Amino acid sequence: MKLIKFTKKGIYCIPGKFYLDPWYPVDYAIISHGHADHSRWGNKHYLCHTDSKYILLHRLGKDISLETMDYNSPKMINGVKVSFFPAGHIIGSAQIRLEYKGKVVVFSGDYKTQPDFITTAFEPVKCHEFITESTFGLPIYNWKKEEDLQQELQNWVINNQANNRTSVFLGYSLGKAQRIMSLIQGMDDIFVHTAIHNLNEAISNSGISLPKTIKLEADFKKETLQNKIVIMPPGLLGSRLLKRIPNAATAICSGWMQIRGNRRWKGVDAGFAVSDHADWNGLLDAVKATEAEKVYVTHGSQATFSKYLNEIGISSAEVKTEYGNEEDTEDALEKEPLKTSAK
Amino acid sequence: MKQFSELISAVEITNKTNAKIEALVNYFSTAHNKDKLWLIALFTGKRPKRPVKTTLLKDWCMEIAQLPEWLFLESYSTVGDLGETISLLLPEPEYQQDKALHEFMEELHELKSTSDEDKKNYILKTWNSLEAQERFIFNKLIGGSFRIGVSKKTLVNALAKFSGIDSNQLMHSIIGNWTPDSITFDDLLSGEHINYDNSKPYPFCLAYSLEKNLEDLGPLEDWQVEYKWDGIRGQIVKRNKEVFIWSRGEELVTEQFPELVEIVSQFKDDFVLDGEILAIKDQAVLLFNDLQKRLNRKNVTKQLMEEVPVGFYVYDILEFNGKDIRETALRERRQTLEDLFKTEAINSDYFKLSQRISFKHWKELDAIRNEARQFNSEGLMLKQKASPYHVGRKKGDWWKWKVDPLTIDAVMIYAQKGSGRRSSKYTDYTFAVKKDDQLVTVAKAYSGLTNEEITEISRWVNKNAIEKFGPVRTVKPELVFEIAFEGIALSNRHKSGVALRFPRIKRWRKDKPASEIDTIESVKALIGSYFLM
Ligand SMILES: [Zn+2]
Ligand SMILES: [Zn+2]
Repeated sequence: MKLIKFTKKGIYCIPGKFYLDPWYPVDYAIISHGHADHSRWGNKHYLCHTDSKYILLHRLGKDISLETMDYNSPKMINGVKVSFFPAGHIIGSAQIRLEYKGKVVVFSGDYKTQPDFITTAFEPVKCHEFITESTFGLPIYNWKKEEDLQQELQNWVINNQANNRTSVFLGYSLGKAQRIMSLIQGMDDIFVHTAIHNLNEAISNSGISLPKTIKLEADFKKETLQNKIVIMPPGLLGSRLLKRIPNAATAICSGWMQIRGNRRWKGVDAGFAVSDHADWNGLLDAVKATEAEKVYVTHGSQATFSKYLNEIGISSAEVKTEYGNEEDTEDALEKEPLKTSAK
Repeated sequence: MKQFSELISAVEITNKTNAKIEALVNYFSTAHNKDKLWLIALFTGKRPKRPVKTTLLKDWCMEIAQLPEWLFLESYSTVGDLGETISLLLPEPEYQQDKALHEFMEELHELKSTSDEDKKNYILKTWNSLEAQERFIFNKLIGGSFRIGVSKKTLVNALAKFSGIDSNQLMHSIIGNWTPDSITFDDLLSGEHINYDNSKPYPFCLAYSLEKNLEDLGPLEDWQVEYKWDGIRGQIVKRNKEVFIWSRGEELVTEQFPELVEIVSQFKDDFVLDGEILAIKDQAVLLFNDLQKRLNRKNVTKQLMEEVPVGFYVYDILEFNGKDIRETALRERRQTLEDLFKTEAINSDYFKLSQRISFKHWKELDAIRNEARQFNSEGLMLKQKASPYHVGRKKGDWWKWKVDPLTIDAVMIYAQKGSGRRSSKYTDYTFAVKKDDQLVTVAKAYSGLTNEEITEISRWVNKNAIEKFGPVRTVKPELVFEIAFEGIALSNRHKSGVALRFPRIKRWRKDKPASEIDTIESVKALIGSYFLM
């Protein structure tokens, strides 16, 4: 019997009768992590990692039916052994391992193989079938070590301060913002946009301690920000709020910043290739470490990555999903902050 | 090289000219003199010949990174720049070296005469010692264009700020005849190799858009009315048998227009003329699009000169036989010009006095203006006959009065990713109007939208692409745009039967459904309404 099936609503576990990160509402959804394209609204029941709990409650409303589970502590659902393994993507992100009658399938969700200062490090999991993301599935994407990124970001802030400029980082509210905080903590006061502040609070509810930040109030006094550090979502690039920040030097933190054209295109002062996804070698290493007989490639460069895997002798197929566009979904989130907080 | 690499990073990330100038000044204040010379040479297109073929670089990179060709090409199409693609695909360097820019340039020069084997050894060794950004620059040094968003003008402004020397003189200096090994940095700046007295231009006099009723301008006898041409405003300086052509952007463009130099050299008198550089064929002015083919070419070939001949329409004279006559009235300067053309008997379709338009009543001018489109003129210029040749823009004496652009509403049917810095966004669009119950392509356009709009459209394209043809996406015909253009003509070469001149996106009509776009009939009707073919 087949363990999983790719359906219109999402990845379905046939014997378990549940879905993994479904994009249409279902009865039972197991969630890899709290990004909006993976944990969508409207499911009857949710299962996620313990550290994702308050993120989901914050994003989807306090009244959802939700249970949680730790890494490496399996649970039986309709005879399927379900367990979580660290995905190294954002706080609370999990690879979902399914075992049924000796057959093992692992769904990666989003993942990053290189360790950082804030996320539980990625653990490769052996399996028969591996469903992997491929956001940065081209060999041009290779990330720097976390220590080197730290140096790079800190140098930028120091340089800005020497020139009397306020350092403004632009990164997604969930994941990237906390990662940036961890890279520059201790340098100076860090002000964060409300969207980030709210998520920080949600994350702290799980007992995780984050670097100290100050909420950027809507009516902030300009002087208080001068030479300091500000983190805000990328959707606010060009916003009036950003323009009010005195002598701002802006930097986007995103894997796409690896390419010069993208750095220049955005009209920011700097671009750092800080990504929460695996780079090319990360993807390859992860796939190889699973020793899977079959690899399904989802969102990103699925055609390219899957073709390459087949060429190096790893049987692979691309799968169309509705994941990806974290940027889009996050933008939507920011435009309607009332929806989530009013609930 | 570290320093040069940092400079490139600094100037390429910002679109603020002042920040670029600041970074350049900083470089000029700290770098090795020989490196500065090379920087100027590289940024002004004084590039040595490429010592290694591009295909070899690509092959070596694929070999080291162990990648199949298709994956290399896929990477290349995402990055949009070969040198950068290679710099990103190579594995991390195993050792470090820091050589100065001029040392690299000297090594590359010597490389030219070595075997492919030696070239490979040298390139691979160097790649293995540089980090990604330096590698990218090294690849750029090997060949290809060094386009990083620093114009000659920006470079010159930075040099002027650094040295305190007049920027036009510096422009002449850097464009003049020199190579990095034939001059010192200080001599280059002080202009040892040039005679600036011969090339010195004047500031251009500029016009404001007309903002009055014509009747309020006073008696029409006081005004000289000419066609406004859409070419490159230029100043031709002829002194002591030397000829220089300056563009309004204060760039020396002499070498791009050898035919103009030839004509001007035939004059006996010395002068400084203000006018328009135009593409002219069979006595008619061509579109700016055509002229563009002649711009920024390293070599101006005979074939290109025949395909797009260039001429100059003279507007004004600023200096005559060594005497600055800018303070005299326009009517006198015009007389000087007419005498000049009479006595020197230069008779050429490519070098003419700008025609004065005669009219009897202000009322006639509007029609004359809108007819201007027919011969690719942009509209009219109105100049007060008593006016001196002002420095820069001054209100009241010179007015420009452009033709109104034509517009239609069309729907987007194809989108294509831009190249280079816009490589991740869909920036080039093809638009269609209705023809019966079908759509027919009328225009391609890629300018006129904000970055935000392009981002929004790119997302939409990602979600609504129907078909892929290489980089082109066929999209659902849903997004409506107002397309403005300068002219329209019947055309057999176009499937729609019409050709638009200078189509550009005026705005995104989010308020309009695709069912309300123009039809090909309503588009063709515009031809009749503006002029008869
Ligand atoms: Zn994610
Ligand atoms: Zn994802």
